[in-house]
Amino acid sequence: MSELSKLKISEARDALKKGEVTSVELTQACLSEIEKADALGAFVHKTPDVAMDMAKAADANKAGGDLNGIPLGIKDLFCTKGVASQAASGILEGFKPEYESTVTTQLFADGAVMLGKLNMDEFAMGSSNETSVYGNAVNPWKRGNDAAQLTPGGSSGGSASAVAADLCLGATGTDTGGSIRQPAAFTGITGIKPTYGRVSRWGVVAFASSLDQAGPMTKDVRDSAIMLKAMSGHDPKDSTSADLAVPDFEAALTGDIRGKTIGIPKEYRMDGMPEEISKLWDDGTTMLKDAGATIKDISLPHTQYALPAYYVIAPAEASSNLARYDGVRFGHRAKLEAGDGITEMYEKTRAEGFGNEVKRRVMIGTYVLSAGFYDAYYNRARKVRALIKRDFENVFADGVDAILTPATPSSAFELGAMKDADPVQMYLNDVFTVTTNLAGLPGIAVPAGLDKNGLPLGLQLIGRPWEEGDLLNTAYALEQSLQFVAKPNRWW
Amino acid sequence: MSIDIETARRVAKLARIAVPESELPELANEFSAILGFIEQLNEVDVDGIEPMTSVTPQRLKRRDDVVNDGGQQDAVLKNAPDAREGFFAVPKVVE
Repeated sequence: MSELSKLKISEARDALKKGEVTSVELTQACLSEIEKADALGAFVHKTPDVAMDMAKAADANKAGGDLNGIPLGIKDLFCTKGVASQAASGILEGFKPEYESTVTTQLFADGAVMLGKLNMDEFAMGSSNETSVYGNAVNPWKRGNDAAQLTPGGSSGGSASAVAADLCLGATGTDTGGSIRQPAAFTGITGIKPTYGRVSRWGVVAFASSLDQAGPMTKDVRDSAIMLKAMSGHDPKDSTSADLAVPDFEAALTGDIRGKTIGIPKEYRMDGMPEEISKLWDDGTTMLKDAGATIKDISLPHTQYALPAYYVIAPAEASSNLARYDGVRFGHRAKLEAGDGITEMYEKTRAEGFGNEVKRRVMIGTYVLSAGFYDAYYNRARKVRALIKRDFENVFADGVDAILTPATPSSAFELGAMKDADPVQMYLNDVFTVTTNLAGLPGIAVPAGLDKNGLPLGLQLIGRPWEEGDLLNTAYALEQSLQFVAKPNRWW
Repeated sequence: MSIDIETARRVAKLARIAVPESELPELANEFSAILGFIEQLNEVDVDGIEPMTSVTPQRLKRRDDVVNDGGQQDAVLKNAPDAREGFFAVPKVVE
């Protein structure tokens, strides 16, 4: 029975269509795995009753889409009607939305089954899932026989852990600076952040609105293509949602990349890059070349300014977005002393409800937007962002179809290892991923190999805007060459 | 750029987050580290560059200015920490 949760979405879909398995069986298998996996801290709100009802409905519905009957995990950042949606924050304690996010509405309309809500960094601010009010999510991978618990990455750490440990067939994630791709790389799974505007942000708790995009986290590229199609599409409720047709991404997976040009950006070869990551990147380059692609050395000269620009823009938008958590309309309100007025209510509520990283970013954002600093910080960062985007436009205009880079500067690190580090050290995790958020481009992380400690490492492909189909196909070709099949040894 | 305790106190106040006096020095240090990192942006020549607004040029969509939703008072108030008689209740604002 437990084998069923190990299925890929495509395999389960085909088995369901042939009548070899039912959604109820698949869902029960996942629920039973979830019950045994509390040590991973992945599922933070379990919804077995909802799941079984949805599974029965899927089994009765012969007309569902590709995801009909497929059990998924949903990141806690997505509002799900009547089910706790806290963005892993204390300030949304007890919040049960009266509405359903567009992404989950579309997934459920396709027939997908929700198993529960997944752990994450608070308000998606973090790279290790250690800022969650629920406690850490844990990586199913370990360094050989070392007992140390490792981070699954962040912010979509629960999603990554759940998919890698076969607690579900796929999961939703969101990515503001790398929050799908870094955890995917740390756990040996696939995750794609689509072009900004491809997936509706409506009903997804906002962090930095000009950077946030949702996407799938899955066991392989085909599953990402299937899930992304169901998540994508124009939504009048999100004014930045693109009014473009959604192609059949799965149909784009031919594996034929002959004649494509792959760019290798020299700025991503950082000083002190571990030898293993450098070699993996070279191997991936050779594989794409062997598959018939042309390799081209390129330059993206403003790369080093991406993280500092991000750490102005993202906190600025967060300080504005998170102003709504004031103890009035939803979530936590602090207990007040006699004589406390509305200002004390705001200040105490936000001090109690937000964790330290969120407070830090809200205050940095407040500072860079404050009178006298707006031009020096915020507007300058937005101009640097335009230059970063132009770097990409230039290489695409020179005929580059996709760009290959490492996904992360290291493999998964130990939970707690960054506890005393300067916050900037944690931010460096996103050095390879954050550029695509700033430029709005699609990026996909594909598991590529294991390091000397037996931990997964990923490669990233960055594509042209709106060409997720082409990007997924290049990733598919790379996946076929890499043949990554390793799985974590079960300890939970 | 180094942030002093007075600036940290002012930013906390602007952000409406209560920070105990004893935690302000540490907060000021963290701000200084992050802003030091951000300072790198001053190296970039941004003369004549327009701030980025969207991935592909598109006008923000407009919709007809008509009522298309409403009548959901109960749903709107459902998650309020304190709702009374159809309103959100807060401490006294006006003296």
